Amino acid sequence: MRLIKTLMAAATALAVTAFVAPTFAADDPGPAAYAQALKGKRVMLVPLAMGFDLAQGWAHYLKKEVEAWGGTFETRDPNWVVDAGAQAITDAISSDTRPDVLIIHAPDLNSYSKLMKKAQAAGTYVLLVDNPANFPADAFVGSDWDRLGQLEAEAAIKGCGENSSKKIGLVQGDQANSSSLYQYAGIMKVLDKHPDFKVVAKPDSNWDATTSRNVTTTMLQQNPDICSIIDFWDGDATGASAAIRDAKLDGKVFLVTTGGGEKAADCDKLQDGTYGAVVMTELARQSGDMNAIIKFLLQSGQPAGTSHTYIYTLEKATTKADLKPDSCWDLKALQAEAATK
Amino acid sequence: MNANGWLNLRSLNQEGIVFAIAVMLFVAAAIGLPGFVDPNNLVAIVRSVSVLGILALGMAVVIIGRGIDLSAVAIMAMSVAWYLQLLNTGTSDGLAFAYVLSGVLAIGLLNGFLVAYADVPAIFVTLATGSFVFGYVRSQLITQDAVPVPQGHWVELLGGLRFLDIPIEVFVFAGLAFLFFLFLRYTKWGRYIYFAGDNPVAARNIGIPVRPMLVLRYVLSAFVALIAGLLTAASLHSINTRVVNSTLLYDIVLVAVIGGIGLSGGRGGVRNVLVGAALIGILLNAMTIIDIPLLYQNLIKAAILLGAIIVDGIINPRDEQTAQQGDI
Repeated sequence: MRLIKTLMAAATALAVTAFVAPTFAADDPGPAAYAQALKGKRVMLVPLAMGFDLAQGWAHYLKKEVEAWGGTFETRDPNWVVDAGAQAITDAISSDTRPDVLIIHAPDLNSYSKLMKKAQAAGTYVLLVDNPANFPADAFVGSDWDRLGQLEAEAAIKGCGENSSKKIGLVQGDQANSSSLYQYAGIMKVLDKHPDFKVVAKPDSNWDATTSRNVTTTMLQQNPDICSIIDFWDGDATGASAAIRDAKLDGKVFLVTTGGGEKAADCDKLQDGTYGAVVMTELARQSGDMNAIIKFLLQSGQPAGTSHTYIYTLEKATTKADLKPDSCWDLKALQAEAATK
Repeated sequence: MNANGWLNLRSLNQEGIVFAIAVMLFVAAAIGLPGFVDPNNLVAIVRSVSVLGILALGMAVVIIGRGIDLSAVAIMAMSVAWYLQLLNTGTSDGLAFAYVLSGVLAIGLLNGFLVAYADVPAIFVTLATGSFVFGYVRSQLITQDAVPVPQGHWVELLGGLRFLDIPIEVFVFAGLAFLFFLFLRYTKWGRYIYFAGDNPVAARNIGIPVRPMLVLRYVLSAFVALIAGLLTAASLHSINTRVVNSTLLYDIVLVAVIGGIGLSGGRGGVRNVLVGAALIGILLNAMTIIDIPLLYQNLIKAAILLGAIIVDGIINPRDEQTAQQGDI
């Protein structure tokens, strides 16, 4: 009896060991290392302003992910003022709670270069998002604006068609922002290959909808047979579309623009015919790219400023014909989600 | 014309100079630029400066009374943004409008009270209230820079309104200009504004209610800003509060000052605003047709403002009284 008991106990012990041992062996070292490298790290986003769709979308996805791995996520709102952005970055670098990763949406090619260098020297990884700058950041995540311009031009040419006037109007942003300059370069590259298409006017909107409306009104006044207009941002393309509407040229002028792929800003307007085509940034994917590179950098152990990676977001021109329910993301839904938490 | 020569420079005030420049530009553009004199283009010119002109009317009344309202653009954009936000979140139209209207009038009253009774210089008061209005509305009341007009709302329909193919803004601008003209020229309080602007102390001594009138002017300016904001939203089907950061505020002062409304107060009228708006409208339209980049457009605009101010200083030198009273 005693022997049987002992045997059974031994067998049980064996069995338990047999079952448990492989589990121990399969214990993944990843999560522990991951948690150790990331826990308590600070990520800060300094966009041009927090008040527009792209920044709010990035902040939403970044915050969700950063807080999930035990980090701290903060934003600063320079409200389109370059100096305020510079101040925010300066304060961040010199504060006790210096961010480990600084994500910067640069207003132009040069303004923040020195500050970003300082940040890297202090040990902060610098990520550039959306707008490139003359600075070797640890990573750039965003659009290849040249390629984006090419996509816009191709969409405009397609929107015009072969039997059109082949006159295209541009409403540029300004002459300082890289997104505007490279977009223009990309558009011209495509148009050079189609010499029968001509740019008849290329005023700047200074990213302001009223200015966009006024210059587009003049442009249509001078060239009523324009077949397509490319406005460099959906934030002011509402002005160009108002001018087209006022000139009673809806449906005759194919309006192309680019934006963050927000539902009310882009998809709804493709649906109702305001825009002919929008080159949209897939915001969730772009934010995912940022999250991945942040996680990589924080685990890499490499000093800030070591690597220079470019992660371009896949862009595509969307028209009404290829709109899908998930073509856009919905800012209202994200805000509602944030509010319920 | 006088006995000494072909033209008497002394009789030529700034308004005259600017009007002459505007006419010259117009003639040059009419000859040199194809499509410039097309009726549609002329309507577009007037329309492009309508909102600017409306804001400049409010500014003009304040400046004539020796003040300035730097909160106009903030009030314009933020009041309408708040209004649209209220509508988008389901507040009834009447209630939303009542909120916004009382907010706008309250800011006008606050501006006027601080300038008239607390004796704070207008430039600081309105700079501060402008920032306050922007900051408060942007951070507390709305969620985004751009607020769309709800579909089918009267503001959207207003934007599509045309008489004789002319957009509604033009008529509102013309109507307001006429009302302001009547007010400044033919009402007692309108005339008093000139006295108060020319010499506030003397005006007070002869029994003019200088302080209540000062408050009225800022309320008027705030109310006009609301109208301008509604027209902007009507045309664009949304309002973008980024306009507060733009050069619009300087453009408003530019239109008023370039037309010949002296910053030292007591001079000018609606005609000066119209002349200033005409020059800016023609200039911007011509530069857009020629396709001059925005950077140069701003440079040219700034150079003209500077020139107008210098000419104003030479033609209308500061008298002893202004030197003692100071201006804004």
